[in-house]
Amino acid sequence: MHNKSVAELTRELESGKISSVELTREFLDRIKTEDQQYNSFITVTEDQAMADAKSADEQRAAGKASVWTGVPFAHKDIFCTNGVATTAGSKMLANFVPPYDSTVTANFRAAGAVCLGKTNMDEFAMGSSNESSFFGPVTNPWGLSAGEKRVPGGSSGGSAAAIAARLVPAATATDTGGSIRQPAALCGITGLKPTYGRVSRYGIIAFASSLDQGGTMARTAEDNALMLNVMAGFDPKDSTSANQAVPDYTATLNEPLKGLRVGLPKEYFSDQLSPAMEQQIRNAVKEYEKLGATVKEVSLPHAKLAIAAYYVIAPAEASANLSRFDGVRYGYRCESPQDLNDLYTRTRAEGFGDEVKRRILVGTYALSAGYFDAYYLKAQKVRRLIQQDFINAFKEVDVLMSPVSPSPAFVQGANTNDPVTMYLEDIFTIAVNLAGVPAMSVPAGFVDGLPVGLQIIGNYFEEARLLNAAHQFQQVTDWHQKLPQ
Amino acid sequence: MTISREDIEKVAVLARIRLDEEQIPALEDDLGNILSLVDQLRAADTDNVEPLSHPLDAVQRLRADNVTETNQREAFQAIAPATEDGLYLVPRVIE
Amino acid sequence: MQWDIVIGLEIHVQLATKTKIFSGSSTAFGAEPNTQASAVDLAMPGTLPVPNEQAFRYAVMFGLAVNAEIGRRSVFDRKNYFYPDLPKGYQTTQLDHPIVGPGFVDIDLANGSSKRVRIHHAHLEEDAGKSLHEDFHGMTGIDLNRAGTPLIEIVTEPDMNSAEEAVAFAKKLHSLVSSIGICDGDMSQGSLRFDVNISLKPKGSDELGTRTETKNLNSFRFMEQAIAHEVERQMDILEDGGRIIQETRLYNGERDESRSMRSKEEANDYRYFPCPDLLPVVIDDAFIESARDLLPELPDERKARFMEQYSLNDYDARLLSDDAKLSAFFEAVAEHGKDAKLAANWVLGEFSARLNAEDKSVAQAPISGEQLGQLVARIADNTVSSSGAKKVLEALWNGDGDNADAIIDAQGLKQVSDTGALEAMVDEVLAGMPDQVAQYQQEADPKKQKKMLGGFMGPLMKASKGQGNPKLFNEILVRKLGG
Repeated sequence: MHNKSVAELTRELESGKISSVELTREFLDRIKTEDQQYNSFITVTEDQAMADAKSADEQRAAGKASVWTGVPFAHKDIFCTNGVATTAGSKMLANFVPPYDSTVTANFRAAGAVCLGKTNMDEFAMGSSNESSFFGPVTNPWGLSAGEKRVPGGSSGGSAAAIAARLVPAATATDTGGSIRQPAALCGITGLKPTYGRVSRYGIIAFASSLDQGGTMARTAEDNALMLNVMAGFDPKDSTSANQAVPDYTATLNEPLKGLRVGLPKEYFSDQLSPAMEQQIRNAVKEYEKLGATVKEVSLPHAKLAIAAYYVIAPAEASANLSRFDGVRYGYRCESPQDLNDLYTRTRAEGFGDEVKRRILVGTYALSAGYFDAYYLKAQKVRRLIQQDFINAFKEVDVLMSPVSPSPAFVQGANTNDPVTMYLEDIFTIAVNLAGVPAMSVPAGFVDGLPVGLQIIGNYFEEARLLNAAHQFQQVTDWHQKLPQ
Repeated sequence: MTISREDIEKVAVLARIRLDEEQIPALEDDLGNILSLVDQLRAADTDNVEPLSHPLDAVQRLRADNVTETNQREAFQAIAPATEDGLYLVPRVIE
Repeated sequence: MQWDIVIGLEIHVQLATKTKIFSGSSTAFGAEPNTQASAVDLAMPGTLPVPNEQAFRYAVMFGLAVNAEIGRRSVFDRKNYFYPDLPKGYQTTQLDHPIVGPGFVDIDLANGSSKRVRIHHAHLEEDAGKSLHEDFHGMTGIDLNRAGTPLIEIVTEPDMNSAEEAVAFAKKLHSLVSSIGICDGDMSQGSLRFDVNISLKPKGSDELGTRTETKNLNSFRFMEQAIAHEVERQMDILEDGGRIIQETRLYNGERDESRSMRSKEEANDYRYFPCPDLLPVVIDDAFIESARDLLPELPDERKARFMEQYSLNDYDARLLSDDAKLSAFFEAVAEHGKDAKLAANWVLGEFSARLNAEDKSVAQAPISGEQLGQLVARIADNTVSSSGAKKVLEALWNGDGDNADAIIDAQGLKQVSDTGALEAMVDEVLAGMPDQVAQYQQEADPKKQKKMLGGFMGPLMKASKGQGNPKLFNEILVRKLGG
């Protein structure tokens, strides 16, 4: 059963071939036996999961089941879960058990899904390799057979690795600069970052408020659609949430792609991309041509500035968002503070990891007197230019396609001493967050036995079109079905 | 772009993060490299470009003035590091 | 050297909304600590702000009341600093795009002149919590019930030049925000808090001196004292050839002394930037008009109406129009009292004196406007003399009767206005005082004559047992003595 998709599991549950209790037990057992190699979970909520599975079975028996009733899944440990530890991968919140739910977790509860636990992540979602977690790095299931411990990507590396390793069929994730798409690509699964504002941010521990977006991860595009059906929607508790109608994302999965206009941004097929990676992406684009799409080259002239703009805006917002971690009301507090300043400075020095501290310091610097105009204001202006690039591109084409990452999963420790090299890992994903448009990562081949992801970028609120394009691709390819050995 | 030791110490004070002496040289390198990356922004021509704070050009929705929250002090203070008589405790604040 | 004093004010006004500016927590005063602090107010991870419409409505009402431009697109910014009473580590406020733009308030001064004080802007922001320094084993206790209470911070231009002007402005503002109903006006609970910026410059100079800010003055008396104290302190320094340091000072009203406040952040660098959790607030014409409809008559409008409708002079009209409750009381007295001028005199005179003596507000007065009005009507139609009326008021005040006419009857205070009876009494009294009559008649100076009439009034009042109408006695006297 653990190799089945959410859609398939729903059918199994509906047919009565298996109960949610049995299914949940199977996945929990897999986590128990397998996850020592991956470290993809921070918290496993076995008792709660079994209780939820039992009540899901009762619901189903009473004829009150919906698609998600009794289906196991997991939450990235950045979504606040009432009564369950929510750490954001940080020592700062290692003991934090929120007495409230995020809107997303509440939606999944209401849908009857069975949460198995909370997945590992880069601390406060700051990272592209899942090596900055206080709870230890996550290991990519791919490459282990060759005896190499590779990163799963980040920051949603725990969710991606757990799905790739068949420990859960689906998991929530967040994406601020590529944190869904890059780990999905590196782990050979399918992930979607929706339009900014499509999914409520309420209860998601904030990294950079104007960039953060909750999204979906699963093996198939269809499962991503099923997840987004639960997650998307206007939330009065999030002022930045979009008040836009939510379609049934599964309804249009089978639309033919004939006439789909695909744009290839020339800036995303540059020297940073290895020839082997490029070949895989070009092959995938050829599949789309076979499905009836037309392909043309387009330009995102300011895309090369995206990393620079991002590394001002994201740290600036983070520097303020993370000020609330002060050891006063919740979370970590240093031992016997001598005075108020000692409480603050030691709590934050001890509670935050190195990468988080670096970003807080950079953000503080960029906002400080004398630098605001040169950094923050300038970055916001460049952000508008980048957004305009996408608006212009979508006048000519329906979707953009590109690689997700410049290279496949790298070996753990390879980039940890060089933050900037690590930042360049997100070179193809970051502009999407600055513009706020939706984008997916879809398995599209292998290089040296490691998965490669195809990025499909859509216009604002066109998640359905992306899911349709990914689903049709998955009807004619089987990259998403490959199993790590 | 380089960042001086003094700048690093200044922002660490603003950000309330204690830095040990031996952390500073590495931070000078790392933050200097990050700022060099960021300095690519200078090349952009942004004359007459409006800054963009939010990707969606939306306006704020306002909430009706109705009390919707109830007292949850017990639940909130159960996860607090130090409380007494319903108050959060911090080392003595001197005005 | 002669110095010009330059004063600007920053006033924090707590808005009388039911809930906080960014959460649905109650703002009611006096609750147990932290029982009105929700997840949003406590800055729990992942929580987000949603602004309160009523806070915007009140801010717009304030803007309209001070003749200000309304910010059609206002933006919230984060002001970053660490303090235990500030849960998020930043205050959400408005820096560059406030809800209220430039406006003005006219103040009346004791010398009868009036002065215009310009408002630079007013912005919406959230209040902080409270630090309690009682004994918690050397610790400070933090109560976040107040955190997130909506405030407007009103910033004036440095248009005031004396403590008197500053206090007059502060009182006017207090009366304004109370009367339009956007603030409960309770200064003892910190509903209005004043920061005073003061600088001195050589008389006639155009260049402003270095200013200091004295923070959190929560009574008019302390404000007046603090300004006097700070002006003197700066003058001493400047006259000794010293320089004023730009700083924030804390004034201790009990001891009349001030000290430099340890700054919250050694080098204040608040790193303002637009709050990414909130979108620009757009105020349209319909919103402004609906706010305008909620505005009651403003004190300045009321004063003009009182001068027009009741023919009051400028001074009386101002005293009666500043406070909405006193205004309403006066209008009730005038309505039942027939004579508006007489009504104004009694409200500002006897009535106010009694309130002051008992330290009572208009709302706490034991008599109604109607009751006082009925009494004023009896003074106007000569039924009772003013000294008799004071006795009636005394009785009403103490609850010895609730109706002026009944008290007048019961105490026999009705004036005798029967001319025949009064003439007989005058004849009898004059017959008994021949010397004084002769003196009067020999006196050439009409002023002195007028004064001498008083000598006959005492015996006349005695003869009439205090019930003779003094005005009629006077007329009869003048006629008889002149004849």
